[in-house]
This record gives sequence, C-alpha cells and structure tokens, in this order.
Amino acid sequence: MLRFILSRLLQAIPVILVVITATFFLVRTAPGGPFDSEKAVMPEVKRALEAQYRLDLPIHEQYFAYLGDLAVGDLGPSFKYPGRSVNEILFSGLPVTAELGFYALLIALIIGGTAGVIASLKPNTKLDYIPMSAAMIGICMPSFLLGPLLVLVFGIYLDWLPISGWGDIPGDKILPSITLGAAYAAYVARLSRAGMLEVLSQDYIRTARAKGLPEWQVITRHALRGGLIPVIAFLGPAFAGLLAGSFVVETIFQIPGLGRFYVQAAFNRDYTMILGTTVFLSTLIVLFNLVSDVIAAWMNPRLRAQFGGGQ
Amino acid sequence: MIAETDQLNVFDEAEAGSSLWHDAWLRLRKNKMALFGGAVLIFLVVIALITPWIAPYNYETQDLDLGATAPSLAHWLGTDIFGRDLLTQIMYGGRISLAVGFIATAVALVIGVTWGAIAGYAGGRVDAVMMRIVDILYALPFMIFIVLLMVIFGRNILLLFLAIGAVEWLTMARIMRSQVQSLRQQEFVEAAISLGLSPAAIIRRHVVPNALGPIIVYTTLTIPSVMLLEAFLSFLGLGIQPPATSWGLLISYGAETMEEFPWLLIFPGLALTLTLFSLNFLGDGLRDALDVRGSKD
Amino acid sequence: MTFIKPVLCIFLMPLLLIACGDRESNVVQGNRDGILHYGNGAEPQGLDPHVVTGVPENHLIRALFEGLTVKNPITLEPEPGVAERWEFAEEGKVITFFLNPEAKWSNGDPVTAEDYVWSWNRALHPETGNLYAYMLYPVFNAEAYSKGDVSDFAEVGVKALDARTLQVTLNAPTPYFLQLMDHYSTFAVHSATLLKFGKMTDRFTPWTRVGNIVSNGAFTLDEWLINRRIGMKKSTTYWDRDKVSLNGVVFYPTENVVSEERMFRVEQLHRTEVVPLEKIPKYRAEENSAYIQAPYLGTYYYLINTERAPTDNVKVRQALAMSLDREKLVRSVLQDTAVPAYSITPPDTLGYYPPKTFSYDPERARQLLTEAGYPNGEGWPGLELIYNTNEAHRKVAVAVQQMWKKELGVDITISNQEWKVYLDSVSQRDFQVARRGWIGDYVDPNNFLDLFITDGGNNNTGYSDPVYDDIVLQQAPRAETREARYALFYKAETQLMEQMPIIPIYTYTSKHLVHPSVEGLYPNLMDSLNLKYVTLHPGRTLEAANEQ
Repeated sequence: MLRFILSRLLQAIPVILVVITATFFLVRTAPGGPFDSEKAVMPEVKRALEAQYRLDLPIHEQYFAYLGDLAVGDLGPSFKYPGRSVNEILFSGLPVTAELGFYALLIALIIGGTAGVIASLKPNTKLDYIPMSAAMIGICMPSFLLGPLLVLVFGIYLDWLPISGWGDIPGDKILPSITLGAAYAAYVARLSRAGMLEVLSQDYIRTARAKGLPEWQVITRHALRGGLIPVIAFLGPAFAGLLAGSFVVETIFQIPGLGRFYVQAAFNRDYTMILGTTVFLSTLIVLFNLVSDVIAAWMNPRLRAQFGGGQ
Repeated sequence: MIAETDQLNVFDEAEAGSSLWHDAWLRLRKNKMALFGGAVLIFLVVIALITPWIAPYNYETQDLDLGATAPSLAHWLGTDIFGRDLLTQIMYGGRISLAVGFIATAVALVIGVTWGAIAGYAGGRVDAVMMRIVDILYALPFMIFIVLLMVIFGRNILLLFLAIGAVEWLTMARIMRSQVQSLRQQEFVEAAISLGLSPAAIIRRHVVPNALGPIIVYTTLTIPSVMLLEAFLSFLGLGIQPPATSWGLLISYGAETMEEFPWLLIFPGLALTLTLFSLNFLGDGLRDALDVRGSKD
Repeated sequence: MTFIKPVLCIFLMPLLLIACGDRESNVVQGNRDGILHYGNGAEPQGLDPHVVTGVPENHLIRALFEGLTVKNPITLEPEPGVAERWEFAEEGKVITFFLNPEAKWSNGDPVTAEDYVWSWNRALHPETGNLYAYMLYPVFNAEAYSKGDVSDFAEVGVKALDARTLQVTLNAPTPYFLQLMDHYSTFAVHSATLLKFGKMTDRFTPWTRVGNIVSNGAFTLDEWLINRRIGMKKSTTYWDRDKVSLNGVVFYPTENVVSEERMFRVEQLHRTEVVPLEKIPKYRAEENSAYIQAPYLGTYYYLINTERAPTDNVKVRQALAMSLDREKLVRSVLQDTAVPAYSITPPDTLGYYPPKTFSYDPERARQLLTEAGYPNGEGWPGLELIYNTNEAHRKVAVAVQQMWKKELGVDITISNQEWKVYLDSVSQRDFQVARRGWIGDYVDPNNFLDLFITDGGNNNTGYSDPVYDDIVLQQAPRAETREARYALFYKAETQLMEQMPIIPIYTYTSKHLVHPSVEGLYPNLMDSLNLKYVTLHPGRTLEAANEQ
C-alpha cells in the first residue's frame, strides 16, 4: 500500500509539470492581455507595464523564470491586484473555500448517502422514489437558482438567516453550504443507490444473510463498503471540482473564497493568478484522486487483498 | 451461478449480445415508471422536432410595449420582458437543450467509457498513464480552455457539444475504471480470459455490460448538468447567440427576475425538471433491466 | 419516511436557534456608531492612486486622499482642497496653487508643494505604467516626459516655488484643468512612505497596506480584507475634519447586483452601487423611495466599422441610426433608467448641449437603405453586432436586432464575447458593429469629442476627418470664450454625427439605493461622492419611509 501511494506521489510531479506548462502557454495564446482595458492603453504605458511584469522577455525566458520562482514557492505578483502577491491571495481565500467545500460535501454525503442507501433497500417502491426524487431536486436547481431562492425565503421573507458574508454573523455559513451541497447530494444519492443495488445482489451479501446476520448489520458491515465505491470515486474529483465550482456560490453570498479568484483570473487574463490557482488546484486534484483511490481500494475487499499481498 | 450464465454467453458469442439486450427489453417493459419516463422523453423529442410547425408564435417577434406578462389565454405561459411568447421560447429552447444534452453526453459517454474501461482492464503502467492524463485535464483551467476554443474555431454549435463532451468525460472515465477494476477480479471475467477471448471482446461483452449500472446513472445525471453548462458557455459567448435560446439560458434569465416575473423561471425550470425525472426513471429501469445478476433472483 | 424527520431536525435546528436571536443590522448599528456601510461594486484592484483605475477604486481613494481641488458635490465646480486658493497668469497658461498650511498627512507631516512635484513625477514616469498618465498631459512637457522623449523631470511644467506654493505651466489654457486636480491620478502620495517599501516607480510594494499607508484625506485606512470589506476611520489630521460627521466607512465588494439589492433590503448596506433593472419599478412606486437616479456623464453607443461593407456606406449607417426607436427602448427595456441619445456628448455637459442631427424616422431610414442599394433589405450581406457578456447589453442588443429587422428588413447576427475577447476585437477593429460606452473623466465636451480624432486610441471606427481634427485639436483650445469654444464643438459634433461612425443609443444615469438615514450623498453628473458631507440620522428606517 505504501509503495502504491509513493509511486502515485512520484507520478504527481510530471502531471503537475505538464499542467503548468500547458497552462502557461495556453493563457498567453488567449486573446486579450492582462492590461487591455476599455479605455485605450497608450503604447508607452503598455511597454512600461510589460517591463514591470517581465512580459517583455522572450516567452521561454518567462517560462523558466516562472519555474524558478515556483521552485522557491513564489507564485509572483497578481496582475489585476497590484500590490498583492498570488501567494497572499491564495492563502486568504483557501481556508474559506475549503471550509465551505467541506460543509457542502458533508451535507451532500449525509443527505445523498442516506437517501441513496434507503432507496436501494426497497427498489422501485415508494421508499425508493420519494427520497430519490427529493435528492434529484438538487440537480435541477443549479446554485445560481437555489442560492437566490434560499436567500429570498430564509434571508428575506422569514428573516432567519444572514444572506451574505462568511464568519461575520453567526449562521452566515448555513445557506452557502446548503446551496453548494445540494447539487452534489443528488449525485451522491444516485451513485450510492446504484452502488448499493450492485452490491446487494452479490454472493457475499447473500452469504452474510444466509448466516443469519440481522439486515442492518449486513448493510453496515458488508454492503456499505462495496456499495459506496462509486461514491468515493466521485468524491475525489468532486472535492477538487467543488473548489473551482464554488465560484457561483461565493459570488451570490459575497464569500471571500478562492473560487471567485479562480474564475475571474481567467477573465482578467491575470496570468500569474491563473497559473497560481491552477498549480494549486492540480495539486489538490492529484491528492484527492489519490486519496479516493486509496479509500476505494481499502473498501474493495478484492483489491485490498491485492494490495496486502504486495503488488 | 453467475459465472455459469456468462460462460454460456462466452460459448455462444453471436447470440450473447442480442439476448442480453432482448432480456433487458423484456424486463424494462414491466417497469411502469421507466416506461413512463421513456414516453415523456419521446414526447419531448417529438415536440422539439416539430416545433417550427406547431409553435404558437414566432420566437423572434417582440412586443416591447407588452413586456413581461403573466400567463393568459393569448400566451399560455406568459411573455418575457420583450413581450415574446414564453411557450414558444421554451419549445425552441428545448430543441437546443435536448440536442446539447444528448449529443454532448453521448460524446462524453463514448470517450469516458472507452478510456475508463481500457485503463481499468489493462491496469499497471497503461492505467497509470491514462489516469494521469485524466488528472491533467481535470486541472487545466476550464475557462481559458473555452476561450481558446472559441477563438480557434469561431462560434459554432457543434463546437459547444464537443467542448462540453470533452469536459464531462473525465468523471465518467474514473467511475468506469473503478467499476472495471473491481469486475476484472471476478470469476466470470477470469473464466473468459482463461478461455482465450481477446481483451477487446472481454471488455465489450463482459466488462462493459456489467459496469453499466453506475454509468447509466451517471449519464442520466450528466444530461441535465450539461444543459446547464450550455447556458454558462452561451453566456461566455461560446455556443448559441440571441435570439436563439435554450432552457438553461431561460432559467438563468428567469432566476434574475424570480421575484418580479416568477413564471419566467418556473416554466423553463419545469421543462428541465420533467426531462430530468423522466431520464432518471428510465435510467433506473435500464439499470435494473440490464443487471444480469440482479435478474437471477 | 422515518429518516426525513431527523434529517430535517438537524438542519432546522441551527435555523431556529438563529431565528430566536435578534440580530442587529449593519444599518442600525452603523447609524448608532456613525459608520456608513457602503456597497462598492467590484473588488478593488488596490489603493495606489497612480496604479489603479476604475470606479470602486475611485470611491476608496477619494475617501483616503484629497486633491488640490475638490468638486462641489452638487455643482461639480472646483472648490478648495489641499490648495486653499489658486491664481491664473498668462491667460490661464500658468496656475499657481497656494497650499493650505493645515493640510496634513495622516502621520502629521504637512502636505507640501514638493510632494506634488515628486508625485507627478511618479504619475508620469515612463516606468510607472500609469494608465491615467494622460490626465496630466495638459502640463507642459508632461506627455514628452511620459513617452521618454524628455528625460529630465525638471523640464516638465511643475515647480515648487516654496513648501506651500506650486506653480504649474500648461501647454495651452485648459479650462478643465482644475477639474483634473480632483482625479486620483493627480493626487499626491507620501514619498517617504513609498520609498520605505521600494523605488518610486514600483507598482507592487505593500505601501498601501493597513499600518503602512499614509494619506491626506478625510479618512484613514483601518482594515482591508480581500473580497470581504475595507474599513476606514475618520482622520484626526485632515484639515477640514470638523466638517466630517462620519466616524468611519465600511466598503463592501458587491459584484453580484442581485445580492447587493438583497443586502440593502435586510439593511446590511446603507447604499448600493447599482440597482437591478427589474427591481426599479417596485422601488419607484414607493413613497420616499430609496431609489435615487440622476443624469450621468456617459453615453452608450454602437461603434461602426466604417471600413467594412455594408457599413462603409454612410447611408447604411444613417439608416441604422434612424430606424432605432430609442424612446421605446428606453421605456420598456431600460425601465426609464436612461435618456435617448442622438449624439456622443451628454446634454448639459457644463452648459454644452449637443446637436440633434437626426431623429427616429423609419420612413427616411428605409429610403436611405434603398439609396444604398438594399431596398427592403434585399441583397443585404448580413451584419454582426458584438457586445461583451452582460445582461443589460444583451437586452439592448436583442431589442435593437428586432427593430432593425422590423423597420429595415435586414438580418443582424448578435454575438456576445467574453470581456477580453471583446476588447481585442474592438482594438483590432475586427467587428462590424460593437457595443461601446464612454464615461467622462472630466466634465467637458472635449473628453467626448477627442475620442474620434484620426487614429485616436478610442476611435476604433476608422473615422477620419481632417476638418473635425482641426476643430477639436487646434481651434477649440484657442477659443477665447466658453461660448466660442462650445460653438466650435457644436460644429464638430454636427459633422461627426452626419458621418455617423457611431450610433448613439442612450445617455447613462447613475442608479443607487440609499437608506433614508443617510444624508449628503448628493447625486451629480459624475456620480462623484464626497463622504465628508455625509451624515447619518438614526431612527429613519426603510419601513417608516414606506409607511409614511
């Protein structure tokens, strides 16, 4: 198992390097530069700006200079926010987005998982349709719709909850977390239902039942493990995607997270910011995909035996 | 018992495929919810196809003095802020949304399932390289990717399908791979290998059909999210341009005015929800119908 | 179904707990403590006056810093700021500013004439990369210095005669120069503070951070949390501090206009930067409405590429312009939040009224199109209209597309483009018709009319007319009186609108929601606020205003 993890971590280095290289050159080929603005920028000003941000160097020199800085952990200055370094912006937004993402996934797992597992026990009955339909509402309700709707109902008409901010007023984390979690709840519900149905028809479950174990023990001890594998495979990229996807929720609720910067950096052609968020996100994706693979392996009895035996 | 069934299939290759689908159809026919879902989908597709002949109004014609009005006899679902008939808008929007939803998802499905199945089945180095490529694509900044596509290929609806498909297949590949990985160790696959079947045949005949459950489920989830993604891309300038519209766009416009003109949100939302529920009932039915093992009970 | 209950309970519990606690809104708290809660649009780029550009930055910087002159919040005429008075010499070519001895930096240092010389050197220096360097170009040799043609700043027309006397020499008499002194790119910065953190021309040192920044305005920086809020306190060193009523201001980045309006509704904000169009009728209908709309110095128009068919034909351009029913567009699509425009300069730009060379006349438009060779749109080669992704632009474009189709029988494709792609298309002139807006930097027709001089950076239409250039660049600056100058501008603008390189659509208005407890946020043509005049009156609530 340890060897598996180590080799995956080693594989991560070329992956991240490819991502950086591709992104570095892609952003520079996109039309429009970081300093274009609605009012014409005079050529002398543009030259000065490019000199200040090393954009006047040949592109390969820019690239190696960037890699050099990156090696010492310096992501460079933001183009859009002069006076702020990319490191600084990342570290100010990261804890917020991570917390938001964590709550959202927790909500998704609790609601979606419960609904999915319950639905799988009595397929094609009311006990199946009702929780699944409820979970599915989440997917018809994209966050740009659910967010404002929750705000309207709980924030304005009922006046129960704050409608913006993060950690400023007690309770202001509830609505954004639910909004972000809802879409994922539907996925989790569907995937866990399907996974559970798959497992419940397997021999070892029948064996367990034949042994006279109570049904709830069969489910919690044996079925859940295999049944949640697709959910786990989904969760890895989901968490990484959640960070990138929190943009809409962060904008609606005025949350000072990373998602807004990730998306807006691309719109602003803020080269260093795009690269910084991408480096960061790719590391996360690699890590979370690894974690989800490890958990999936651990949960899958057959694969686990394989790892135990030393591959 | 399971192994037995599949071994039979191995021996009788020519009929195995067709009997799988035939059996599935027999089982599906018994599932009323699934049939209902399928019927609704067919209805929506037919409506979309014949919209140009049956739409109550011209979808471009505006009546600025009329503006947004609630549902009435003249306009069953009301009008939008330009005084255009909402029912007509939804009908025309459905053409785009259904096309994007089905085609882009099909693209994602084909790439994702193939990729995931090969990676999962091959294992080892091949698997590692293929899955790391997936990791790389996950990490590339999506927005820049879209902007570049737009510039390189211009505005083109087909491009929209491709762009969406190119993004959506990644998760599909991961799910497929994890399914295949766990299936590969099962007796019936090992039996097929020992019988000397080619890997391609094994994947096609034994692995893919058995991994279909989660894939179908994920597919039914992908279609509506693709429809919403289309709205986002159209917003950025990739894809459809006004006055053409789609459900995703109608919903996002409607969301802005949900307090003032709720019907502009509710009706397009209902259209999307209806599609989603139908898809899911059909998807569940298909999943159950195709579940070889479950059917043996 | 039994599972639903516990799940619901888990989620409703925190909801109910909070529902019990009575939260005090920002507005109520702010009114008690004298703190204004201000919705400020986008997240600001930064606070360095010579580096940043944009409206949210403008609001922040003008609260922290003060220029030589300030605009009267109602009339916009220049009033004393750091300079307590000024004198003109040589027919207005030389201006001498006498600095207020009480004008102080927030660390207690006096604001000196030398600070201005140093700061203008920075603002104009070729290495600074100040996008607004051109604001100082009326100053003698400033443009040459900024372009690197003159390397010694001593040759630029700005001198410190002594610590409190600043002499500025201009290229030519510039009637609007005093107004420019209230633009942040001409503000002074505290040289010692900047040099502590880097070179004069550095763009990204931390000198503007909390604890580092030294400023000379009515407020000082107290808190700066990225994407969260920027807090300011009343300055204890500001020369006119007795007039400042607020104890502080909190600026919130409010990118999402729908969220902003909702924050206002639950009294988290005293004032919003904008108002969503759909909400306006509802607010308007209220008595003592919180909605405040005022004319704004900006024009919304469509740029036409005069070098591509079919718009290379002036008759086609005129036909397109005449077939738009601006009154109807403004009334229905824009909810009367704009004024139909028939020319580039907004009406009443410091007493200047632009010519109206055409009106809505579909009959004449069709005739012109026929003369151009497209009777009833026959043989029309197609036309693409581009706009940057934005709801308001989309609405206008969709309505315009339909009007052209209905009146002229011509088909128009409309395409939205992502912001930077759009900017690229416009600057490369890779378009046929493109949406555009211009917001005045200072109140003078010159700011609008010099857009269309030959090869002007913001011209983008291919329009080139030596007669027009001559009037705007040579004759108007030499005019002896305001009337004579305006007459020349009128002539130039008439000529411009006959050639129609642009289709004016409407004149902007500024739109805000302002809480009834706020007084002194005067609406004006520049939407230029001065927080020193703002007072808060506790006890006035939204509900009370509606019930009256």
